[in-house]
Amino acid sequence: MSGMTFTMLDAAKMSTAEIYGRTLCELGEAHPDIVGLSADLAKSTKIGMFGERFPERFFNVGIAEQNMFGMAAGLAKAGLTPYVSTFAVFTSMRALEQVHTDICYQNLNVKMIATHAGLSFGQAGTTHHCTEDIAIMRAMANMTVVVPADGIETAHAVRAAYARKGPVYIRINRGFDQVVYEHPDYGFELGKAVTMSEGTDLTIIACGATVWRAIEAAKVLDKVDGLKVRVLNMHTVKPLDAEAIEKAVRETRRIITVEDHTVIGGLGSAVAEVAAGTGKSFSFKRLGVPDCFSIIGLHEDLLAHYGIDENGIAAAAREMMGKDFEPDESWDDEV
Amino acid sequence: MPLSTEERRRLEEKAHELRSLSVDTVVWAGSGHIGGAMSAMDILTILYHKYLRIDPRDPEMPGRDRFILSKGHIGVGYAPVLADLGYFDRELLKEYNHTGSPLGMHLDAKKVPGVEVSTGSLGHGLAIGLGLALGARLRGESFKTYVLLGDGECDEGSVWEAAMAASHFKVTNLVTIVDRNRCMIDGPTEEVMALEPFADKWRAFGFETITCDGHDFDALANALDRALAATDRPVVIIADTVKGCGIDFIAGDYRWHYGGFDAEKTAKAKESLARYREARLAGGAVGAAGAKGASK
Repeated sequence: MSGMTFTMLDAAKMSTAEIYGRTLCELGEAHPDIVGLSADLAKSTKIGMFGERFPERFFNVGIAEQNMFGMAAGLAKAGLTPYVSTFAVFTSMRALEQVHTDICYQNLNVKMIATHAGLSFGQAGTTHHCTEDIAIMRAMANMTVVVPADGIETAHAVRAAYARKGPVYIRINRGFDQVVYEHPDYGFELGKAVTMSEGTDLTIIACGATVWRAIEAAKVLDKVDGLKVRVLNMHTVKPLDAEAIEKAVRETRRIITVEDHTVIGGLGSAVAEVAAGTGKSFSFKRLGVPDCFSIIGLHEDLLAHYGIDENGIAAAAREMMGKDFEPDESWDDEV
Repeated sequence: MPLSTEERRRLEEKAHELRSLSVDTVVWAGSGHIGGAMSAMDILTILYHKYLRIDPRDPEMPGRDRFILSKGHIGVGYAPVLADLGYFDRELLKEYNHTGSPLGMHLDAKKVPGVEVSTGSLGHGLAIGLGLALGARLRGESFKTYVLLGDGECDEGSVWEAAMAASHFKVTNLVTIVDRNRCMIDGPTEEVMALEPFADKWRAFGFETITCDGHDFDALANALDRALAATDRPVVIIADTVKGCGIDFIAGDYRWHYGGFDAEKTAKAKESLARYREARLAGGAVGAAGAKGASK
């Protein structure tokens, strides 16, 4: 990966946020217009690494998120490129109107790297879970929404955000993510899904923490059930790779979405919006946190509880395969 | 530096002209935030005709001073100031609020040349201004950022978050002005949500606090000169103003936060503004007291 100064082995030893912090330091070295902001979460989000390297370009605003996002808008107006980091729950809700009106409305060049997303801060409790941010952020015009699958993909996303003008929201987890990518040069591109495994029986479309679990589920389904499952890593939820979704609908006719997020408004909804427009009949299921406030516990346990771990995904796939559906011959309507 | 007689007269005439054009804009628009437009007009006039280093022919001029109208609802007051300077065709004011017009109640920075920041939701401007000021400092640019807040807007916690940070970061290239017209939509500020002791609040947040008469150009010039000379902490100018200043039948009345004028009211407003102009030029109606009593 161009510009990356750490090895894959290093990456495996770093939390996703640490990889972000290190990547931002590298970017900051190359681009003096980058400034950092945090709201008393410099350490937790690891943007503090940038702050230590470039103290004059870093602003810790204290516990005042509205001011932070407003300031970021002003800094962007002054020609700088602010990277702003706090927890996802505060980025998407505490200061949302500033994100909406100050940043998105004016299409300003502010990069929001939101950490502790989904259920990844599980033991901190429901106030610190963030299972609505994808839905919220993708509703904002001008916004790009990225949910990287692991640390390496986070590094790609953080770099790609710099190259892309306008507001970008990148949602990462607390702690370590399972390594999805063995090699960094898999061709990350904003707005382009990555095919993690090929298959024609069913497609699982995942983002973030659920990508690794979807891949594991696909392996089990292959080995145990003989099912050939396509897994798409939809790291960019907006703009969405509609082409990959349409292709999956045409070629596999069974779609499962899986996300560490409420089933309302997030990846599943985004995929449904595209899939419904294909004019094809298909079987569809969204996996995620049901319409509820999440329970407290370890991230792994919570993913299992809500059926968005490898077992839950495999079970949903088997259920879908067992369902009565239009006979195959009536699917033969390729245009 | 004190204003010369000639300069003061020039500003008085310009403020009158802009108040009048603002009334016209309210008529063309159907309605508008006339009360706050009138209270802020002397502040807008002195900024745009004496202090701001800008070039209306080059709205994006590098190094220009930045002005943020945090009380973004007074577009009917702000748009005439910009149109008059030539940022856009004055004729556009006649389409104010019309469907598809670039000019709406709250001016959009993407659509209206001269507008730096899209505002309208209250409590946002100071934080954005602070970001601009810090950005200027970081990039070694000498431009100043001016933010005009409404007083009712200071109920918003985000204003005080920004104030705390401006003081913490020792920002001295940011001039904060509050249009203290003591009115908000639902009533007088002190009845709806008391702001007093207002100057003490700003002082407690680390600001040098200057209170002045917001309808007296000498007082405003003095306050702005002091603010621009800041060296160690941010400065706020609390400009005492009268809502609806210059239009006797709305002056000081919170119910004229927003409204429209029929032909009769328009004529009355213009007559009142003419009397107010005369009184100000004669030196008899300078300041907040004069704004209400102009017709008497």
